[in-house]
Amino acid sequence: MEKEIAGKKINVNEEGYLLDFNQWDQSIGEAIAKENNVDMTPRHWEVVKYLQGEHKNNVPLSIRKIGKSNVIDIKEFYALFPQGPLKISTKIAGIPKPASCL
Amino acid sequence: MSEYNGEIKKMLIILSKATLENVYAAFVLANGARMEGIEAEIFFTFFGLEAIHKKKLEHLHVATVGNPAMHMPTMLGGLPGMEALATTMMKKEMEKIDMPDIHEFLDIMVASGVKLWACRLAMDMFHYKKEDMYEGLSEVITVGDFYKQGSVLGTHMLFI
Repeated sequence: MEKEIAGKKINVNEEGYLLDFNQWDQSIGEAIAKENNVDMTPRHWEVVKYLQGEHKNNVPLSIRKIGKSNVIDIKEFYALFPQGPLKISTKIAGIPKPASCL
Repeated sequence: MSEYNGEIKKMLIILSKATLENVYAAFVLANGARMEGIEAEIFFTFFGLEAIHKKKLEHLHVATVGNPAMHMPTMLGGLPGMEALATTMMKKEMEKIDMPDIHEFLDIMVASGVKLWACRLAMDMFHYKKEDMYEGLSEVITVGDFYKQGSVLGTHMLFI
């Protein structure tokens, strides 16, 4: 389905995840963050950029892997995105919601 | 009228067994709740306490006797070494799907904000002290204390 985000028409799934990463830019990420009650700081962006890089390299994302990433530990990850770190951060990053239960 | 829409806000999980499959079920459910932004707490009671006992948590086993899903005759499951074999095989499979071991899983849960409680009565029964237990344990509490943790709209309780 199409949704207007930051003034642009974007293709998203029913949960609001972008279907095409090429449509993503920082203003889109910012708007999705606001919708999910996250105030983006440079630290948030650092994590989002890291997730985008992992996704590009086809690395499956999980809480355990992020804990071992040396980019962020699990505690801080939850502090940045308390409503569900992996779920919210990937939505902001414009990448698919991880299918992992871990 | 309240505006509660049926959303799960908190999961209270009671773990009463220490077989590997039950412990992992409880841990995955608690961790999965946190990943969805749902609060999660585990109350360890009876044999469930072994999952947070420092000397025992690395040595939990899969149940081979009385477990129909093992698809082997119960008598075979009781042979010496059978439990150890099944446990080794299961641990190998779990490593493949990136499942952490018990100690690391406890660390992940604590970092994720899962509260871990030990049942006072069971602690007394097994003569365990708080120092014997995993350092991330929040507190040793009574059943009444645990129920108080559930006095939030949208709390669900699960017995494993």
